[in-house]
Amino acid sequence: MMWQAARALVARDLRLLWRRRGDALQPALFALLVVVLFALATGTDRTRLADTAGAVLWLAVLLAGLLSLDTLFRGDAEDGSLEQWMLAPVPLAWLVLVRTAMHWATTSLPLLLATPLLGELLYLPRGQLPVLLVSLALGTPLLSLVGAVVAALTIGMRRSGILVALLALPLYVPVLVFGAGSVAAAAQGLDPTGALLLLAAGLVLGAVLAPLAAAAAIRISTS
Amino acid sequence: MTPPLLAAHGLAFARNEQAVFGPLDFTVEAGEALLVQGGNGAGKTTLLRVLAGLLRADRGKVEIDGRDADPTLRARAIAFLGHLPALKADLTALENLHFLCGLHGRRRGQLPGNALALAGLAGYEDALARQLSAGQKKRLSLARLWLSPVPLWLLDEPYANLDLEGLDLVNRMVQAHLRAGGAALLTTHGAYAAPPVRTRMLELGPRP
Repeated sequence: MMWQAARALVARDLRLLWRRRGDALQPALFALLVVVLFALATGTDRTRLADTAGAVLWLAVLLAGLLSLDTLFRGDAEDGSLEQWMLAPVPLAWLVLVRTAMHWATTSLPLLLATPLLGELLYLPRGQLPVLLVSLALGTPLLSLVGAVVAALTIGMRRSGILVALLALPLYVPVLVFGAGSVAAAAQGLDPTGALLLLAAGLVLGAVLAPLAAAAAIRISTS
Repeated sequence: MTPPLLAAHGLAFARNEQAVFGPLDFTVEAGEALLVQGGNGAGKTTLLRVLAGLLRADRGKVEIDGRDADPTLRARAIAFLGHLPALKADLTALENLHFLCGLHGRRRGQLPGNALALAGLAGYEDALARQLSAGQKKRLSLARLWLSPVPLWLLDEPYANLDLEGLDLVNRMVQAHLRAGGAALLTTHGAYAAPPVRTRMLELGPRP
């Protein structure tokens, strides 16, 4: 029953993504915009670009995710789909987890795949690329999970763009610090394992707790 | 004697300390329909949402098959048709049905295509939900309801937006569902024809 519901939800989200493929490109284009504009603003100094490349890429991915956070549950709340989710014979937290995973796979995963290319634009030293990719692979799902709780809290409000950002940013800071920090550590020749392990621990914790918290928040904001 | 499919004991709901309805006592047996009547703002929708478990009652309790209604029991026994159609505008009628069946389960031997035809939407299988009229969306929701495997239907204003043939469709579906051992709660503000089945009435008065 749970797998059947998850499969139906995944199929639905993929279909919806395909029908609105223009919108789906938005986060990726936004990240590209940030990277290109940053490179243009910094000038042609290769070493300065290379020094900040890891942090800029992390920031671009984080902001792109934040941009699409509001769409996570809003559409489903407005057309009544969430009501049916709550009445379904599978736990709401499970559906929230699947929806969040789909959201990550459709917004952050393409960026993750494009990171080597974006890294080239910023002269990211090749040696830092593996650490950057691992930190993004661990960090972005955590950002999506934390974001899901915030998005769930705000579905009761009509327009919540800025509120979502304000609520999410303090929660995003630790992830950004450890994510970008691991790349910075690698750049200085230090061992980034500690920061990466903390990110992994956060991801495990988030994967368990965030869906439960988001489900509770959905029940509160729709009653 | 078997316990009633649905029973409410002293059920009451208040919003901001102001009573919306209740305390109410009623039972619905299998094979019965309960017609909830009342004017606008009498609390019909709220009552259905409380019964479905979307809102928490302030006092009283709901029993399903003689047992206290918990979320698991509710999910297995209740299908809810609300004001919001729960349809994705960018999916076709058939895709919407497939998703909702995947979510709620499907009655044995019923196919989404047949349910669409039954609801008078034959030929609209591949139409996007955004292209359907309000009445057609309602028919699509009714097709979803027809496919759900649960015994208790909670229908909030099922007659709204439907043409005469649509009203008849609701009545026929309720009748068939009741004959199969199900039960239904319908809210209406009164002007429509009720289904030709064993019906109880519940009048929700204006707020005190």
